[in-house]
Amino acid sequence: MTTENPRSAGVRPRPYQPQMSVWWWLSKRSYLVFVLRELSSVFVAWTVVFLLLLVRAVARGDGAYQDFLAWAANPVVILVNVVAFAFVILHTVTWFALTPQAVPARLRGQRVPPSLIVASQYVAWAALSAFVVWLVVGD
Amino acid sequence: MSDTIALDVARYRPGQDTEPSVQRYDVPLRKDWVVLDGLNYIKDELDGTLTYRWSCRMGICGSCGMTVNGEPRLTCATFLADYTPGPVRIEPLENFPVLRDLVVEIDDFLRKLQTLKPWIVRDTEKLVSEGEYLQTPQELDEYRQYSMCINCMLCYSACPVYGLDPEFVGPAAIALAQRYNLDSRDEGAQDRLDVLIHPDGLWGCTFVGECTRVCPKHVDPAGAIQRYKLTAAMESVKAFLLPRGAR
Amino acid sequence: MTTSHDIIVIGGGGAGLRAAIAAAETNLGLDIAVVSKVYPMRSHTVSAEGGAAGVIGEDDSLDEHAHDTISGGDWLCDQDAVELFVKEAPRELLRLEHWGCPWSRKPDGHIAVRPFGGMKKLRTWFAADKTGFHMLHTLFQTSLKYDTVRRYDEWYVTKLLVDEGRVQGVVALELSTGRIETLLAKAVILSTGGCGRVFPFTTNAAIKTGDGMSLAYRSGAPLKDMEFVQYHPTGLPFTGILITEAARAEGGLLLNKDGYRYLQDYDLGKPEPSPVLRSMELGPRDRLSQAFEHEVEKGRTIDTPYGPVVHLDLRHLGAKVIDAQIPFVRELCLQYQNIDPAKELVPVRPVVHYMMGGVHTDIDGAAPIAGLFAAGEVACVSINGANRLGSNSLPELLVYGTRAGRMAAWHAERAKEPSHAAVAQAADEHRRLERDLLGRDRGSERLSAIRTVMQTTMEESAGIYRTGDSLTKAGETLRELQERLPRAALDDRSRAFNTELVAALELSAMLDVADVIVQSALRREESRGAHQRTDFPGRDDERYLAHSLAFREADGSCRVDYLPVKITRWPPGERVYGR
Repeated sequence: MTTENPRSAGVRPRPYQPQMSVWWWLSKRSYLVFVLRELSSVFVAWTVVFLLLLVRAVARGDGAYQDFLAWAANPVVILVNVVAFAFVILHTVTWFALTPQAVPARLRGQRVPPSLIVASQYVAWAALSAFVVWLVVGD
Repeated sequence: MSDTIALDVARYRPGQDTEPSVQRYDVPLRKDWVVLDGLNYIKDELDGTLTYRWSCRMGICGSCGMTVNGEPRLTCATFLADYTPGPVRIEPLENFPVLRDLVVEIDDFLRKLQTLKPWIVRDTEKLVSEGEYLQTPQELDEYRQYSMCINCMLCYSACPVYGLDPEFVGPAAIALAQRYNLDSRDEGAQDRLDVLIHPDGLWGCTFVGECTRVCPKHVDPAGAIQRYKLTAAMESVKAFLLPRGAR
Repeated sequence: MTTSHDIIVIGGGGAGLRAAIAAAETNLGLDIAVVSKVYPMRSHTVSAEGGAAGVIGEDDSLDEHAHDTISGGDWLCDQDAVELFVKEAPRELLRLEHWGCPWSRKPDGHIAVRPFGGMKKLRTWFAADKTGFHMLHTLFQTSLKYDTVRRYDEWYVTKLLVDEGRVQGVVALELSTGRIETLLAKAVILSTGGCGRVFPFTTNAAIKTGDGMSLAYRSGAPLKDMEFVQYHPTGLPFTGILITEAARAEGGLLLNKDGYRYLQDYDLGKPEPSPVLRSMELGPRDRLSQAFEHEVEKGRTIDTPYGPVVHLDLRHLGAKVIDAQIPFVRELCLQYQNIDPAKELVPVRPVVHYMMGGVHTDIDGAAPIAGLFAAGEVACVSINGANRLGSNSLPELLVYGTRAGRMAAWHAERAKEPSHAAVAQAADEHRRLERDLLGRDRGSERLSAIRTVMQTTMEESAGIYRTGDSLTKAGETLRELQERLPRAALDDRSRAFNTELVAALELSAMLDVADVIVQSALRREESRGAHQRTDFPGRDDERYLAHSLAFREADGSCRVDYLPVKITRWPPGERVYGR
């Protein structure tokens, strides 16, 4: 039998284990956009809450509604809503862009091109927005 | 265009170094030289101790993945001329333990791959004498893209989820599971789903999408995973709503 | 350190994985190890593009596939082996289909076939233009099913242990740690591929360094027909990247510097607007490469910093057809040479592609040493003879991988335990590696210098055209390089992942193999298939309808014997194309 040569007994050398930095999300533009995208859901939630508060105020009558409007005119609330609006836009745009990847669609056996899926979402968004505008502004 | 370019290459000697350091080398700058040609020049002419993996030089074997100026790239498909005036920073793939210099440990991926049964699973097999399983070009198209993975690990390197949580199964493994799930000849989708319905499986993915962005073979693992999530969600709903027999 | 297995497969490419699966399926009680210097999915099988031939059409027959193979091989093929090969090929390709290989299909769902150079009928199965990639990944993923197949990834085998005329195991180096281990076994299957890296321009990956051929040669097994080196007529200059035959099958044209389809001057048929099987651009590879050499001599090639080239013209196909039928070709040209074949001419030149020769085996993949088997490019059965037809090497991996796997299993079930002498041999090898390689003093020259001289010598003297003088000189140069190698410097003395050490071991293997190529070429005084002697331009069936068998003598020199070719039903004829 062989005698083990101590040098060739091969102690497993230690690999270097890299540690991910706490600031990993700042190292690349695409990581930053991702984190902001995820953060935007907080602001989407805020927008929903704000809308519900509005509905509740309307349901409680004119007095409550006026109080609500006064509160909403507060500069802090306006600032929050402006920031929220920006994030909601970010949320919408990134969501639209990702949809073709998540849901590849077929029409008559052919793959629907991603650009078509993205475009159809914008069209739907525009149509819905036009309807809301008509509701609010129209006779 | 100058005729040389500097390469700042990460070095790590296990047993000697506690962490990687950087060594600079000047290599010839030729219009058709890729980063790998630069590394080969260093090893052949300047410093034989520089260690890295490579083989096919044509983007099909998946050996030569490294981090170039912060991005995971196949070094055989990355032209030095695109990085002038330099220096070009070359480091091992991120998110993996570094064995030596630019070589990382990828056995974790292989272990995870094996748990997903990446082969045709069938209840009854055909005999060779019975000929081929019929598969139309459209059926082949369903999974073709996911079969193009060269196991280069760039997606794992780009995935922040894998970086933060090494237990995450990871993009390539899930894409390969989907490759078999969507193959009309396979009947193992349920087996794979059982393994992947798990916080470190399918649901570990938060659709960062970096994997798809860096994939050199356009496999789109992010797309594969999101589609898979839809399937998994529907299976969960079905399991909840329908009695056993009806599924 | 010593471990035992029943069967060791060296090399984890198509042939090795197929052999491991075959052995496992033959007997689930056998302990099988696959030892590969790279992870299996990195093996060179992965880069094969065009396709795999197997008779499947109603209008096709096994005899026709056999005849195409035998005549393409210039009658140096062993016809019994070819008959077995053509019969098993479709079955093996179907088996791979059952395992999930994504063969391209006809609209009705059946397997599709495409035309291929040298094949008279359409019988080449294909998986888009990444056939080897899909075959390898299918085999690798399927091999994961078998618990009895254990892998040693990134281990380099440095020696075959042979005692009492039979194989006993191997000594191998674990790359990641530098640990040297003895792996005993009752059967060893070599599936380490060819040795294209012995030449400067080759389609072969960095890992194709003839390791297995050298292991067998040093153990006393002969290397057969090593002088037959196949050039692929269309490789990108500098990188050697292969531009698949399929590009010509789809209608690509080869033009010299005058834009002239020069192949019509070399008895390969008449230029037609569409591709014609076995004619012009779809003629056999050796004839196309030889035509290039003649064009160089006539000064009708285009000069580039990487030497003379001709042009492959795909522009008339248009981007849509190119992207549908041969997308990889366009990708390769754009990503590695910055050329768009849809709009520009592609510079190409012949590049070394395949070794017809290799470890001598019989029809079962058994080498002359008991318990030693070989399959794939490392082996020479011979089904490829003096020139391999495109799309025959991929099915060869499957057919002979399976046979070698089964035979190795049968052998391992009956073999004795490894001997004590083998273990002592292993200890010697451990000491040699420690002393000669890691313990070496600072050397006087670089490995790359020796490697470059070897490659240049081989291209100049043992390339497409050879003469007795050039070969003799080459032999002397190689002997000199063998003496210089031990004095080469190794900068890297560490144990962990020492790829420079592996490069030195590979270079040593390459020098062995290069010498065998040169000596075999020197002895064969005729021209046949890929071996062309300008001093002996004719084919000589009287003296040379035989395989060369190269043995290593005790003093390290090469002795060449001859073994008659097995002729069954096809008497030697003239190789005729395009008529």
